[in-house]
Amino acid sequence: MNVIYILWLRQVKKYFRSRSRIIGSLAQPLLFLLAFGFGFGNLYSKAGGGNYIQFLAPGIIAMSVLFTSIFTGIEIIWDRQFGFLKETLVAPVSRFEIMLGRTLGGATVGTIQGIVVLLLTLIVGFRPVNIFLLPFGFLFIFLIGVLFTSVGTAIASKLEDMQGFQLIMNFLIMPIFFLSGALFPLNGLPSVMDIITKIDPLTYGVDGLRGTLIGISNFSLSLDFTVLVIATSVFLLIGSYLFSKIQV
Amino acid sequence: MDNIIDVTSLTKKFGDFVAVDNINFEVKKGEIFAFLGPNGAGKSTTIKILTTLLLPTQGKVVVNGFDVLKNKDNVRKSFGIVFQDPSLDDDLTAYENMQLHAILYSIPSSETHQRIKDLLNFVELFDRKDSLVKTFSGGMKRRLEIARGLLHHPKILFLDEPTLGLDPQTRNHMWQYVQNLSKQEKMTVFFTTHYMEEAEKIAQRIAIIDHGRIIAIGTSKDLRKQTTTNSLEEAFLKLTGNVIRDEEASNIDRMRQHRQARKGNRR
Repeated sequence: MNVIYILWLRQVKKYFRSRSRIIGSLAQPLLFLLAFGFGFGNLYSKAGGGNYIQFLAPGIIAMSVLFTSIFTGIEIIWDRQFGFLKETLVAPVSRFEIMLGRTLGGATVGTIQGIVVLLLTLIVGFRPVNIFLLPFGFLFIFLIGVLFTSVGTAIASKLEDMQGFQLIMNFLIMPIFFLSGALFPLNGLPSVMDIITKIDPLTYGVDGLRGTLIGISNFSLSLDFTVLVIATSVFLLIGSYLFSKIQV
Repeated sequence: MDNIIDVTSLTKKFGDFVAVDNINFEVKKGEIFAFLGPNGAGKSTTIKILTTLLLPTQGKVVVNGFDVLKNKDNVRKSFGIVFQDPSLDDDLTAYENMQLHAILYSIPSSETHQRIKDLLNFVELFDRKDSLVKTFSGGMKRRLEIARGLLHHPKILFLDEPTLGLDPQTRNHMWQYVQNLSKQEKMTVFFTTHYMEEAEKIAQRIAIIDHGRIIAIGTSKDLRKQTTTNSLEEAFLKLTGNVIRDEEASNIDRMRQHRQARKGNRR
């Protein structure tokens, strides 16, 4: 238990100590929010969609959690290169505990990031419709965090260095984001796109966030929740399996 | 049980490359033992196997009475290690690095502070305990790693090229400390080096390793006698030849080479 806690704490401390990273990771969601929000806002409402900022904000929150947590997971590559990974791997603790501590740390960092972005969206004009549903929104944010930190861990356990990183960015992270319905509504898509969006686990995170924050969702909240929990458990298992196989 | 480390027909292969080739040796309790060899001889690979970081391809390795394959956690509790390259978290302070180690090794929290304080004082870093490690020089980092490796009172201390890049003062200071500790606590010390004088001065027994094989083992005197030479350096050169060795390729480099080789075959 202590081991999980100290590795969680390490992750959180490292996040708060890198101010440039915090600022950098807030700039992107803000840019998306302003550019897309105001750029497409007019078009969206003319097409009968309503207020685009309202629609977009949960998607941007999900995006920032996705990026932050997947990067925190991938940090294992840095730890491998800078050697700290060895310190944890020769210690008499189970690899699962190490992985769990790191993952919860990454998820916490992602959650903090998500909440900060939520506050940013308020400035731009976003208003959650039901404050009492906010805790459930945080729950969805946290689940997205655990899910994608595990994905990051799984990837990093198989990568030796940062060289493959561009590939992952372009062929995994970006598609997960763009095909999750974070930016556009998922109804009326061509059938292939429809299937892909339904395979993308982030879709259910975005949908769940939208359901809790603005009361509009494609699926039921219980379906969103169930799919996310299952995907999270699966990737947590894959991540810890691959992590346990690391040799340095 | 006299031997604290017992290695029988150990082999480690990376693909086709044989890094460690059927070696046998044992280290006695309380002994200071050195692995001496040129670059790429298999020293680090052996240490990684002894410390459960790599799995052996073949052979039996027993550390402090526990098999490295079957009883990893007990093996891990038995040793402290200072790696060839730093393994500290640069974004944490010296104290936080020590604290993290204390928790990983389940040191009782009532003792943690005192132990950290004593060890940091010993390596003369206590007044820097709240500085981030990234502000430390190479020598300071090494000292901190040694302090950390000793925090859980290990039975064996592994030092992989511990004095690489250290100035003579720090080097001396470090060896004095390690020797004292070995005497007082009957701690076994296993280190690798390619400095002759270090092996000669510090180690009670030396194994000369080359191309993954142990080619001679014994006290410095034995080795000189065996090769009818006057110094360990001459003995070493006589045994290993004069060919200059390439820098040891890291695990990563090796994999990259393999990947490239495979790619080449496909074309």
